[in-house]
Amino acid sequence: MNRVRAWCLAPTAGVLATLFLIPLAILLGYALLTRGAYGGAFPPWTFENWQRLADPLYLGILGRSVAVALVSTAICLVLGFPLALFIARAGRRKHLYLYLVILPFWTSFLVRTYAWMFLLRDTGLINEALLALGLIEEPLPLLYNYGAVILGLVYGYLPFMVLPLYATLERLDPALLEAAADLGARPWQTLRRVVAPLSMPGIRAGSLLVFIPCLGAYLTPDLLGGGKTILVGTLIQNQFTNARDWPFGAALSLGVMAVVMALLMGLIRRQDEGVL
Amino acid sequence: MRLLPWYAAAVFVFLHLPLLVLAVFSFNESRFTVWEGWSLRWYRAAFGDAQLIEATWNSLLIGAAATALATAAGTLCAYGLWKRASRWISTSLSLSLVTPEIVMGIALLAFFQWVFRYLGVRLGMHTVILAHLMFCLAYVVIVVLARLRTMDRTLEEAAQDLGATEWQAFWRVTLPALVPGIGAAALLAFTISFDDYVITSLVAGVDSETLPMVLYAMARRGANPVVNAISTLIVFGLGLLIVAAERMRET
Repeated sequence: MNRVRAWCLAPTAGVLATLFLIPLAILLGYALLTRGAYGGAFPPWTFENWQRLADPLYLGILGRSVAVALVSTAICLVLGFPLALFIARAGRRKHLYLYLVILPFWTSFLVRTYAWMFLLRDTGLINEALLALGLIEEPLPLLYNYGAVILGLVYGYLPFMVLPLYATLERLDPALLEAAADLGARPWQTLRRVVAPLSMPGIRAGSLLVFIPCLGAYLTPDLLGGGKTILVGTLIQNQFTNARDWPFGAALSLGVMAVVMALLMGLIRRQDEGVL
Repeated sequence: MRLLPWYAAAVFVFLHLPLLVLAVFSFNESRFTVWEGWSLRWYRAAFGDAQLIEATWNSLLIGAAATALATAAGTLCAYGLWKRASRWISTSLSLSLVTPEIVMGIALLAFFQWVFRYLGVRLGMHTVILAHLMFCLAYVVIVVLARLRTMDRTLEEAAQDLGATEWQAFWRVTLPALVPGIGAAALLAFTISFDDYVITSLVAGVDSETLPMVLYAMARRGANPVVNAISTLIVFGLGLLIVAAERMRET
């Protein structure tokens, strides 16, 4: 029995070790080395890269990334909670509605981000329509700002919020709602004092599942934010391309990873269940 | 509470309208975002573009190879975990799911650069396939494991009581029952691989430009109706795969 199991786990263990854990360990090594003139990382060993994380310039970018991720998560919650509640109570139609949430989610993140470029740019649909209607004289600057980035992140990760919320709301006993109503609670009171507390596990899981990818997002800020918005994902990428400062890029990456891991551990400890 | 259905309808419109509008405008005759009548002009342009065709082939090839590897390894892993949980494998897989793409991309790039310095190999198709294998693996394990958890453990025991070896019990009893789950996992892995830009662009070499890479470059360069046409094709193609995967998962 154990031999079969060991053979079954071996390929994945090998892949995880060589293509995930060792690369992260190499990153850790890079983060303690000195930059080379054309990229790469060389001795001497140093903590300088970590000290630079405290530079106000980079702290500002990190703070802004956290802010953008928090705002996106909050909007996802506001949009996603009623939707999840609606789906959980939809009866036989449930599966159709879940489909409508899942389908755009799996069909190409890149295309879905591009769709907003198509809508928002100066010669995009929204501006052309407003110009044609005579409502505006010149195109509105809709693209290449933080608003567009947040819109793209919300659009991209909303399903991550809806699915865990749906899972907890679906398990909610309808008798509890009736009991609250019988005891004189208004619908809003029931929602705030019965439904919301009971769906906390879903709210926590959904918020983390949105916050984490938003924090490290690279594609959305790059396409919808353009050069005007620098978030930590863009900053990391930049260290490995234009800036050629691999050690600092590695330190930044591990900083983001540390935040992600801390959040994940907190969630697992509270809910006693992992992703797997 | 009476407003709930309207609210839900509005969110569904938000989720679907941008893609629908994009699809409609991919059939627009005009080069600009002004409606001038239906046309297949941009689709013809897309199919006539040698760079796009080559990138599509690269994407299909990478997707097929990564899917095959990830599905094989992931299925075996799910089976092993179903027999008995393994904390470090589950934790590592979960962690790989939440690692930001940009971090995983540069970690893999750093790894490949470091290994290749000693081996004298370059970035290319093989590095992209290995990277895709890595990030598809966790999805395969999750889908197959979910399927296994609906299955009766005593079936294998019964098979072994009747004289089957462990491998025979796996091969002839459990695996056939797992096929729909494995199929769904493979389709999912393929769509994830086919769509990836961030990690791919970091570990790709000169010979391994994928469709998302070309699309990304075109989208950044400015308005181009050909991008609308390719986008529509991608959404439609991947949409079909996802519907098929969901069907398989539900059987």
